[in-house]
Parts: sequence; C-alpha cells; structure tokens
Amino acid sequence: MDLSILSALNEERLSRRATILVTDTSSGQQRLVLKGSDYANDPLAEELSRRFRSGKSGMIEGPDGASLFLTVSVPPPRLVIIGAVHISQALVPMAEATGFDVTVIDPRTAFATEDRFPDGTLRAEWPEDVLKEHPLDSYTAVAAVTHDPKIDDIPLISALNADCFYVGALGSRKTHGKRLERFRAEGVSDAQIARIDAPIGLDIGASSPAEIAVSILAGIIMALRKEPEPAAGAA
Amino acid sequence: MADDRLDILTISERWTREGRKVALATVIETWGSAPRPVGSHLVIDAEGRFEGSVSGGCVEGAVVSEAIDVIGTGKPVTLEFGVADETAWRVGLSCGGRIRVYVEPVTANAA
Repeated sequence: MDLSILSALNEERLSRRATILVTDTSSGQQRLVLKGSDYANDPLAEELSRRFRSGKSGMIEGPDGASLFLTVSVPPPRLVIIGAVHISQALVPMAEATGFDVTVIDPRTAFATEDRFPDGTLRAEWPEDVLKEHPLDSYTAVAAVTHDPKIDDIPLISALNADCFYVGALGSRKTHGKRLERFRAEGVSDAQIARIDAPIGLDIGASSPAEIAVSILAGIIMALRKEPEPAAGAA
Repeated sequence: MADDRLDILTISERWTREGRKVALATVIETWGSAPRPVGSHLVIDAEGRFEGSVSGGCVEGAVVSEAIDVIGTGKPVTLEFGVADETAWRVGLSCGGRIRVYVEPVTANAA
C-alpha cells in the first residue's frame, strides 16, 4: 500500500467518513473510494453501495474476473444517551470500553453535572439543539432514559427518521404504550415504531442501574453486529 | 477511534513515517470457525516487531516471517492457513477454521 493511500484512508476514518479500499490481490493495485464522492459510474458501484451499508469487508470478483478485496471502513459507532441519570453513569464507561463514541444529553442541570459525568461526554442542553449541531446517522445508537416525554420524544423520533442502527427507550410497557400513541399522532409509521427497543435492553433480569446498563449495551451490540432478525428485541 | 494506540492502520502510517520498513497483513477470507474476522490487521516491521492480530495467536509467527520477506521483495503475497494445509504449513488453526491473509508492503514514495 502506498503511504499516500494509507494516509488518506486514516484521515477519512478520523473524520467519521466511510471509505472502501479496493485491492487487486494479484497485482497489488489499489484505489480508495470515498462514500461522499460520486461513485455512481464506478464499475463496482452496486457492490460498493451495499458494502457501505453493511460495513463488511470481503473478497469479490471484479468485472474483468480479478480477485478484489474490499476493505470497508465505516465510522466507529456512536452512542447518544438522552438523560444524565444513574443508569447513564454506569453506561458511559462500559460503552467507551466497547469502542463507542459516547454523548450524554440532558437539559436538566440538576442531573447534568460535571461531577456526575467527569469524562467530557456531557451536553447540558435540549436534545433538539445538540442534534441540530451533530445530526444522527445510521452509525449511531440512541438510548432515551429520562422517563420524560418532553425530553425523550423528539430525539427518539429523530433517531427513527435518521435510521439509527439502534433506538431504545426506557419505560414500562404502559409508559411505552402511551409513547406509541403520541408517536402515531405525530405520523410515525408502525414499521418505524417496531424498531424501538422497549422495554429497553436485553431481557437478562437486570435490576441495578449498572445491570440495566449492561442489558442496554448488549442490545446495542446485538443491533450492531447481528443481521436483523424478526425476534430481536420484539416484545 | 476508541483507542489510537491499538489502531493498526494508524500504527502502520506512523511506523512508515518514522522510516521503518513496514508490511501490512489483512485477513481477506475465512471459512468455518476462524478466530479473527475478515478485515483484521497485523502490522509488521523489518525487525519482526508487530502489532495487531490475524488469528489471535495461532499463525502470527508464520505471517511475521512471510511479512519480512514481503518487505524485502516489495511484492504482495496471499497466504492460506488451516487444518487442511498442515502438511504445507507447520502452523495451523487449532479451532479447525481456515483463513487467507493478504500481506503487502507499505511504500513511502514521496513522503
């Protein structure tokens, strides 16, 4: 690999931009395709587009029969937690250890203090304001844990619209039922509603805030790594 | 990135800029139960120092020695490891899987 290609690849990765490095494994020839570029006329366009979605690297046969390896690089997953609550305090270090870029958003200054979140992940603002600045994308997971519809609803609907790979909402079945009524009234489709992980997290019998954080993180990792299955997270 | 110290492509770039001769190994195909997924990297320098993993320890030794050859010739090679090839390779994957690893030199032309 030429250093100039390696360096361009690293720069794109650092800026959270997806790329695919195409390597001819016989000749060693390489080229870098940026997701943001216009690759519609590329002979591999269809394959490239599929790989940008799946994020999976792999061998393919080129149009001329060449053996090509696609090194697919998509941004490290991001986790946006709505609510600076006790569960979030446990979830932040766990999610960071697993490789997520984490942001905690909570406009309630009683909860959102540097003391409780000393690691620079915290934004003590309304979610809609933060998300305007840092829009959600399909490489982002959103977990809403405030219990307060005034805070949770808007980022949850934004997450569904942005096709976030995981959307979870804390609350009992009853709370979630009321939430769904509000979402339907807002015009959210049933297919979108079905994507919400609620009650939040994998059913591992979690009881303490830290255990609930484990179950939420496990649900997020499952959504990230496993092919979608109808049973996943379905209530 | 979660941790730059463990990011193999970042390390490859840094080592090359430091003037080291470097090869990059990438898992390009796996069959059966393979310890590291497709796309996993190992970076190796001419002295045999390395970071990362392509198999979680089973075949790294063989990849490192091949990589030193690749640094010498400047030509990429594709290696295959697995139970079926134990006669061809002294090392294999104890988990019963099979992997192919692409090893390429990193070249600093106009750096």
